Amino acid sequence: MNPKVKYRVGKSKMVQAFIVMLAFLITLPLLAIILYIFKEGITKINWTFLTHLPKPVGESGGGIANALIGSIILVFVAAVIAIPIAILCGIYLSEHKHGKLAYWSRLCVDVLQGVPSIVTGIVVYFWIVKPLGTFSALSGSIALAIMMLPIMIRSTEETLKMIPFSLQEAGLALGLPYHKVILRIVLPCGVSGILSGVMLSIARVAGETAPLLFTAFGNPFLNTNIRKPMQSLPLLIYNYATSPYDDWHDLAWGAALILLFTVLLLNIITKITTRKWNIQL
Amino acid sequence: MEFSIKKRARHSYQQIKAENFFRRALIIIALVMVVLVLGIFLTLIIESIPSLKSLGIKYLWGKTWDPVNNVYGAYPFLVGTLLTSFLALIISIPFSFAIAIYLGEYNPKGWLSNFLKNTVELIAAVPSVIYGFWGVMVLVPIVREIEIKMEILPYGIGIFTSALILAVMIIPYAASLGREMIKMVPSPLKEGAYSLGATRYEVIKNIILPYSKSGLLAGVLLSLGRALGETMAVTMVIGNTSLMPTSIFSPGNTMASVIANEFTEADHTVYLSALIELGLVLFLVTVVINIIGKSIIKRFTKE
Repeated sequence: MNPKVKYRVGKSKMVQAFIVMLAFLITLPLLAIILYIFKEGITKINWTFLTHLPKPVGESGGGIANALIGSIILVFVAAVIAIPIAILCGIYLSEHKHGKLAYWSRLCVDVLQGVPSIVTGIVVYFWIVKPLGTFSALSGSIALAIMMLPIMIRSTEETLKMIPFSLQEAGLALGLPYHKVILRIVLPCGVSGILSGVMLSIARVAGETAPLLFTAFGNPFLNTNIRKPMQSLPLLIYNYATSPYDDWHDLAWGAALILLFTVLLLNIITKITTRKWNIQL
Repeated sequence: MEFSIKKRARHSYQQIKAENFFRRALIIIALVMVVLVLGIFLTLIIESIPSLKSLGIKYLWGKTWDPVNNVYGAYPFLVGTLLTSFLALIISIPFSFAIAIYLGEYNPKGWLSNFLKNTVELIAAVPSVIYGFWGVMVLVPIVREIEIKMEILPYGIGIFTSALILAVMIIPYAASLGREMIKMVPSPLKEGAYSLGATRYEVIKNIILPYSKSGLLAGVLLSLGRALGETMAVTMVIGNTSLMPTSIFSPGNTMASVIANEFTEADHTVYLSALIELGLVLFLVTVVINIIGKSIIKRFTKE
């Protein structure tokens, strides 16, 4: 082979090897984080850890029951608020591909997706916390709901767009009113895509801390009243990880393990369903 | 007979009413999105009026932040935010482009590329507070060792550490978008170059990268938007000092982290509103970056 060609082919091979190496280096931090948190967290998790409240500083043991229950309530209420709004908005955007309102609405969904979570926290503080005069789980849920909206709207819109228009036409030809065509024919066809959007957004907000700092605020005691401050897993991890006490670090490691695996599991389940349905999120 | 016709007429009248109600509800919800974003914007502006009034625009260039003496200057936080974000961007770009090229060109199918793709998506899924916790416990001691070897003050925490964590966190955004863009390069172009005897590297360098450069730029912009607004991981490892950072290894504060730290402690109007003004700046910057990024993507995919 001509030495110049040989040089070029060799260079190409070298660059390829270099790029492959760089690309696969990214698996290291993920592995490091998962393994380290697993190693530190697994020894802390037991029945007491899941069912008891945190002990005060200086006493070892205790658990994170308040944060577990708080996280579930916060995310559940947020989902209840966000799902109907997101689905309706997704329907509107998929039905009106052009048009002024659709354009602005779509732009606002894009903007909402980029809003830093801490800013959402500030705004909800002024909308809910200040008028009510107290930090509350409700305000935390609303902040989380605002963050869930863009992901769910996008997945609803994209899923519904793929459902053939002839289905709608068939329904309308039978004399069905518009809302029945949408709610009874189009939505059930796209339910799997919409559900995966819901799951993905739950996975996203379950780990959010910043919007909860000024809204749900955290609570060292068990609370199920959504009008009072409430603890959540990410808040607990943040507060205990930045504290100087080893007992609290232990609680934070266990909580981090539970949070990390819940979030990753939700993501993996969503991935499997989206692959089956070929949805782009 | 007559009765049944009446009944039917009433029934279809109700159906039409329900239909109109449904259509109106859809429009209202679409409007709610616009109102929500405008509401966020207006709330931030209204709440930062006290600070805009008393501190003016020079607030952004003020070098000292001393709430006790009522002196507010956001410059250290601006510098902190820009330093961490751009440092993170510089660290992340080689990796995210490598992933984009690998998944888009070298190996778009197969289990190995699926594995890498899923890994990248899971990196985006890990909650930021967990990155922060891991950073405090694992990365900070490592950076401290490095700093001792380099014979500078071994804080461990600081701008460099947060940039490292941020870099990992933002790689997925540029990588997955870049992959889409590289996949969209028309194969006749590539085949033409191959038929002229170009090697794979030459095709990537002379055909693929120039063709998809605006798409890659959009991905970088979106990850910059993420980096600017990221709060928890940065707050946990940056050191939280309001002093001006002197080097990339010194502790500092970003706009987001100073809000996270001081918002609930802000005890008078100007202090609180100065923090909200930071939030407003953050909001505006990320909105502009996102809109530019999204419009580049839209233009690119239309072509």
